[in-house]
Amino acid sequence: MTDAAIDVRGLDHFFGEGEARKQALFDVNLSVRRGSLTILMGPSGSGKTTLLTLMGCLREVHGGSIRLLERELFQSEEVTRIDMRRRLGFIFQAHNLHASLTARQNVIMGLQVHGRGVPKRHAAAADHLLDMLGLGERLEYLPGNLSGGQKQRVAIARALVSNPDIIFADEPTAALDKISGMAAVQLFRDLGRTRGTTTVMVTHDPRILDLADRIVTLEDGRIVQDNVRT
Amino acid sequence: MTTFLTRLLGRLPIGYLQLTHHPGRLLAALAGVAFANVLVFVQLGLAGSMAESVAIPYRLFQPDLLILSPAESEALSDAATLPRQRLFQALVHPDVTGGTPIYMGRSTWISGHDASSSIQFFGIAPDATAFFHDALAAPLTSLSLSDTALVDTLTRFVDMRSFAAAQPEAPVPFEIQSRQLGAIGTVSIGGGFGGDGVFLVSDQTFFHLFPQRSSATPSHILLALAPGADAGRAAAELVQLYPPDTVRIRPVSEAMEQEVRYQMTERPTGLIFAFGVAIGIVVGIVIAYQVLSADVADHIREYATFKAMGFRQGFFIGIILEEAIILAAIGFWPGLLFSQLFYESLAYLTNIPIFMTTERAVAVFIGTIIACAVSGMLAMRKLAAAEPADLF
Repeated sequence: MTDAAIDVRGLDHFFGEGEARKQALFDVNLSVRRGSLTILMGPSGSGKTTLLTLMGCLREVHGGSIRLLERELFQSEEVTRIDMRRRLGFIFQAHNLHASLTARQNVIMGLQVHGRGVPKRHAAAADHLLDMLGLGERLEYLPGNLSGGQKQRVAIARALVSNPDIIFADEPTAALDKISGMAAVQLFRDLGRTRGTTTVMVTHDPRILDLADRIVTLEDGRIVQDNVRT
Repeated sequence: MTTFLTRLLGRLPIGYLQLTHHPGRLLAALAGVAFANVLVFVQLGLAGSMAESVAIPYRLFQPDLLILSPAESEALSDAATLPRQRLFQALVHPDVTGGTPIYMGRSTWISGHDASSSIQFFGIAPDATAFFHDALAAPLTSLSLSDTALVDTLTRFVDMRSFAAAQPEAPVPFEIQSRQLGAIGTVSIGGGFGGDGVFLVSDQTFFHLFPQRSSATPSHILLALAPGADAGRAAAELVQLYPPDTVRIRPVSEAMEQEVRYQMTERPTGLIFAFGVAIGIVVGIVIAYQVLSADVADHIREYATFKAMGFRQGFFIGIILEEAIILAAIGFWPGLLFSQLFYESLAYLTNIPIFMTTERAVAVFIGTIIACAVSGMLAMRKLAAAEPADLF
């Protein structure tokens, strides 16, 4: 087993076809160590989200190589990418909670992706995590009755509940106050230390940069800065 | 319910939760499914009623074989005449033990209240009781009295209560075809779609009413076979006795089925009902599709999120089928209830034999599930728009 959870080599990516074809990533090389917390930064359109979605098996790799948890994604089948996604946790800036499901049920979906389980155990795991994130009193609330910060914490719980190998997060702290934001990122760090969970997040939040193991900056589809912290 | 469905499905009942999240929209969707059900039930009910009203006259008969004219029409009442000689020719067959001609004619009966009803007359020999239903045996014998009739209590547009006490000893007079007849009893047959009522008269009274008709040219001939004789084989052998294409001979039950099929598939009324059923099914599919596809569109980001999490296509099919089955299973019952009310109202107003059958209710229920499932499968195409990469 290698130490790299993600190994990106010579990655190119394009959008569009024919004359409208536009290259979004140019020869990107990046190796992300297991258990680390990596922040992707860069201006809008720099390619950081594209890189995140490629590493998260949400797009097909056009050129180059991405080895994710020792599986090659280039020329991989759709079914392989779906299976790989089950080992990942996603946190979206817009939460994307299911409006018809309670906080607890949204988190349970993170477990049910792995198949039938014992409903009571699923509920207990969801309750435990939501309680950890300060939502123990909001288990039966629908997203429409939660604040933006509370929704984001439910989304975090949904991503973490199945103990993913890698967490991909897009501005996970944007809707959180300083204390909650720091606590969430600290949780990612702790998971990295205790369980080896790797976290890659896109953020513009300067409050959390100090907690990162590594800060990678992209511009115009290229990595222009790569600060590894000891 | 959520706990029960979770156990049943082995996952959270997302479809159920999505539908119940918007009660107003769910009610509208259920009303749509119920409406489509009513459409289908009404058309099936009318078609079934027509089949039933076609079958009722055949049930008056109790012979084994029916000789029909070679005319193209399969309708009992439409058939042209055939020579009575065919009866005598049939009697030479060793399995044929007897026969009787029947004469059919239609007339308009204008009752005392300016209401007119189209009456189907059956002219039969009063002594041929063995060829008719047991319950008719005694009243038929009384028809030997000239200008008497057994009148149909289910005749439309006429208040038949005054005929309820009709007896051979106390006939109730009425006028038809400018001739005075006496009702000496009643039958309950009903006119169905081809007329408003059925009156039974003796063959002699029939010729009084329809002087242009002759005893030599009955409408049909009924044949009785020896006990144990094979009706199908006898019919095939009898046909050989006649010149080619001069008669059609069928067991009565087969003739009835043939006419039902003919009325349903070749006559405009039957085709209209069949078309109505098809329209009902299409309307049902369209309504269910609209509901389900709108639901998919409303939850496209949630579905994209589930895709990002690693849920496979089967999961999404399961959700949409779950919604389709819920809509079908709940929407069916108000549809059934309204249809039952419609049947009862129509039967009361028109005297046509329209009623709900278990087979029809089960068939429509299964059809509703299938139609909603088909709609769900069509709505699935919208899932392609759920692109998880776009969530970032």
